[in-house]
This record gives sequence, structure tokens and C-alpha cells, in this order.
Amino acid sequence: MKVLVAVKRVIDYNVKVRVKPDNTGVDLANVKMAMNPFCEIAVEEAVRLKEKGVASEIVVVSIGPKACQEQIRTALALGADRGIHVETSEEVQSLEAAKLLKAVVEKEEPKLVILGKQSIDSDNNQTGQMLAALTGMGQGTFASEVVVDGDKVNVTREVDGGLMTVSLSLPAVVTTDLRLNEPRYASLPNIMKAKKKQLDVMSPEDLGVDIAARLSTLKVEAPAARKGGVKVADVAELVDKLKNEAKVI
Amino acid sequence: MSILVIAEHDNSELKQATLSVVAAAKAVGGDIDVLVAGENVSGVAEAAAKIEGVNKVLVADNAVYGHFLGENLGELVAEVGKGYGHIFAAAGTVGKDFMPRVAALLDVAQVSDIMRVESEDTFVRPIYAGNAIATVKSSDAIKVITVRPTAFDPVAAEGGSASVETLDVVKDAGLSTFVNEELAKSDRPDLASAGIVISGGRGMQNGENFKMLEQIADLLGAAVGASRAAVDAGFVPNDMQVGQTGKIVAPQLYIAVGISGAIQHLAGMSDSKVIVAINKDEEAPIFQVADYGLVGDLFQVIPELESSLKAL
Repeated sequence: MKVLVAVKRVIDYNVKVRVKPDNTGVDLANVKMAMNPFCEIAVEEAVRLKEKGVASEIVVVSIGPKACQEQIRTALALGADRGIHVETSEEVQSLEAAKLLKAVVEKEEPKLVILGKQSIDSDNNQTGQMLAALTGMGQGTFASEVVVDGDKVNVTREVDGGLMTVSLSLPAVVTTDLRLNEPRYASLPNIMKAKKKQLDVMSPEDLGVDIAARLSTLKVEAPAARKGGVKVADVAELVDKLKNEAKVI
Repeated sequence: MSILVIAEHDNSELKQATLSVVAAAKAVGGDIDVLVAGENVSGVAEAAAKIEGVNKVLVADNAVYGHFLGENLGELVAEVGKGYGHIFAAAGTVGKDFMPRVAALLDVAQVSDIMRVESEDTFVRPIYAGNAIATVKSSDAIKVITVRPTAFDPVAAEGGSASVETLDVVKDAGLSTFVNEELAKSDRPDLASAGIVISGGRGMQNGENFKMLEQIADLLGAAVGASRAAVDAGFVPNDMQVGQTGKIVAPQLYIAVGISGAIQHLAGMSDSKVIVAINKDEEAPIFQVADYGLVGDLFQVIPELESSLKAL
């Protein structure tokens, strides 16, 4: 079966985020970018499905500026077979991303679509669910285990208070949580091979999707800094402060 | 325009998060209706009718909603919500699952995890794991919003007398079925809404040592949490994780034990009213956000703390 994986180019998770002085956004100039960590887990899961003989072909798709091709190549080096780049320099919000992915799903007809549960930049946690709704598919969100069984997929989900397993009819959408797997590193020979893999570029217009944003960002600020307090000498002083000063116990 | 709030519950009890979501809806202004969708939820509906400031409670009581499957709830809420100006739900794992489906079915954007309401179309939310705070404005006719419950003081659970109306809408998308669930059982308060939280990090060394924290928790009526490092090391289960990728908490008192204070963790607890840090490394970043810091070996400090608390 064919698996489609969507990946997003975001700020590297190790980089300290700085808000621009004019409060228009986060400073991304000369900042290291990488594949969103939840998307890496999505790619890894698809590759493992292929290694188990469950998946036959892995197509990886990314939406964004030309530089996204770096992340598509990374996914190809990790084991994806073919790439699709939906190129645009405009900001693409979740609903519009889901509409673009729906158009790709209609072309490619995958049995399973795997996405990260959220991107570490906008933290929306929406695109997978929106794609599932728009394509009429079931969804296994925040997955910690994915087991394909014939024309069904059982997804164990990380929910408040524990784990919940659902059974979905294929085709279906899965979004990954942190504990689904530990992504591998790409080997040098595979990085070289990835450069020769097929990568098709298309535009939102080619896919017939209007990507005009519905949400406008009025300002972006640094969070209110929390001031450090005092050091206490021992447990007796701590308990005294909590009881008599902070009055929380 | 009126506002539809989707109640958070477990079919038997209304969750406190619902009261915070109603508080967020109140900040927008307008009539507030609450939708209770689930199976055998008459008790939850009664509780919802008593919430201060609620106009009407709508009840969709059917087995298809019993496990809160996103596909079924999505269709239900999209249909019921069509006539409203705003649809609000808590940003827990249920709300995060079905609300984007609602937004997509209504062809509107969703604003996730809001911390503040600026006006009826403008909301404040964290981005980049809480390292930046964005103010966003929606141009859609229906605003689909998930709310970070800890950011809003709950409205009173009693005092209202809303009418209760049963809906005859059964939406079974036929895409998913419930298989099973493993929910952690605990007599302690729920981590996300507890007034006091005590969390352990990698410094706890193993899962067995978390018993020390549990004993303190029982003395204080607190919930026990953990850092991602402690979860990843296998000390405790994932549902105890406090942080951007785990639970967001904002208790009156947060006690961080053997937690260094990675950004990821701070994003999940820095809205707590009073923070206590106990760590042997005096350079640990957690001390930069702590109101009271105690530098010391937790294996000495925690037993001492336990006996001091017992003596109170």
C-alpha cells in the first residue's frame, strides 16, 4: 500500500527563539532550520511500515518555499521513495495546508497518510484532523502505536489520563506523538542516493487551492518574564515561607 | 451572536475544564449554550445546567458519542454549531482531536489553545512552545476556538439554572471504532486541575523513588507530575508529563524536585502561582523561575519536608 507523509520545515528545536523587536514575529533570519520533530517520527513510521512489508511506496510532501526541498531530501534519505513540493512563498495556515494535502491525496490515493501531531512553530495541532475531515477519512491522532491489519489500522493514542486504541478503516490519517518511535539518522550513502530520487514541484494554483489566510497575526511578543525569587537555607525555612508568606499550604 | 461551549466530561462527571472554557466564552460576551455529547450523560447535563451564566444545555446522548470519537463529534458539533458565532472547547486531547474537524467541515480556521480573549474576534495564544505569544484575529464568520483551561479562572459550578434540551442528532461517521483504553487510576487530584502539583525529574533516579513524592502529595492533597526526562527514562508513565508536549498546569503551588528546568518543561508550568525548586545543582535553570529555591540533595530534603509537613 502507498503511504503519504507530510513534513514541515521549521526552526530547529535546539535554537533559542527570539521575538523580533518590532513584534511582527519570530526572528528566522540566519537561524538553523530543520524538519519538524513530529514529522521526523512520521517519516520513520512510514519507513518501518515499508521495512515490515506493509507499505510498498512512501511519498513525502512538503508545502512552503523552495528551501523545503532540503527537508524533502532528508525524508528521501531516510527511506521515502518520491517527493512532492507544493511551492509557495506565502504563509500557509492549517486549513489551507489541509486543502493542499487533500488535493495531493486525491492525486496519489494513499491508503495511509501520516503527519506530525503539531509543528513546533505554530503549535496548532490541526492539519491532520482537518485533512481527515476534508477527505472523509478516520483519524488516529497522537499515535503511540500503529498496527495495520488488512483493510484496518489500529492506532493507540496518547490521551489525557492514559492510552486509547481505535480501529480505523483505510484509508486513514495518523498523527504522531513523541513515543511512537525513535527516528534514525540518514547514512551518507542514502543522502547521496536521495539526491537522485524523483521530486515533483507544483504550485497551489496547479492544485486549484486558494491559500489566502483567514487568521492575521496582529503582534508577537516575548512571554512575560518570571522573576526568580529567593533561595531558602533549609526545609524549615521553606515550609515557613510557604505557610506564612506565600500562604499556599 | 451566541456561543456554543462543548462540555468536557467522562460521561459521569463534568470536568472542571468546562468551567474555565465557559469563563473564556464569557469574556467574549453573549448567550452561552453548553453541548453535552456522550453516552448516559444525564448527570453531566444536570451539572452543566447549574454552571453560572449558562443559558441552555443541549444534550446529545448516544452510544456513538460514548468514547468521544473525533469523527462523530466533529460531524455533530459542525451541525449543531452552524448557527453560533463561536464554538469553544477545552484544549485537552478530546478537544484537540475533534475541533479541527469541526473547523474544516465549516470551512473556517481554528484558533488553538487560547490564553486570553482580547475581543470577539481577537485572541492571544502561545506559539513556539510558549517562547512567543501571538495575538491573532480571525476573519471567519464562525470562530472555532480551543481554550487552555489553566489560563482562565473557572466560573462557579453552582448558581445557574439553564434549560436542558435533548437533541435528536445521531452522527455516526462509520470511520472509526473504539477498541479499548488503559486509563491510569489514581485517588489523587487530576494533574491538569490540581491546586498543588509536585513533580520529579531525572534527579529522582528511578520510578521507585517517586513514592517519596507521592507521600508528600498525599499530605498536601497534591497531584504528582514528572518532567519529560523522567518519562523518557521510563521512571513514570507518559500521562504524568508536565511540559509543552505533555500537560500544561498552573496550580497555586508547583514543587519541582530534581528537575533542571528545560524550556520544554517551563512552558508547561511557568504560569503556576508559586514555584518551589529543589535541586542539588545551584546553576539549574529552574531556579530562575522559582519563587523559593532550595539547593540540596533531594534524598535528604524530601524526607525532611515530609516530616515537617506532618508536624504542621
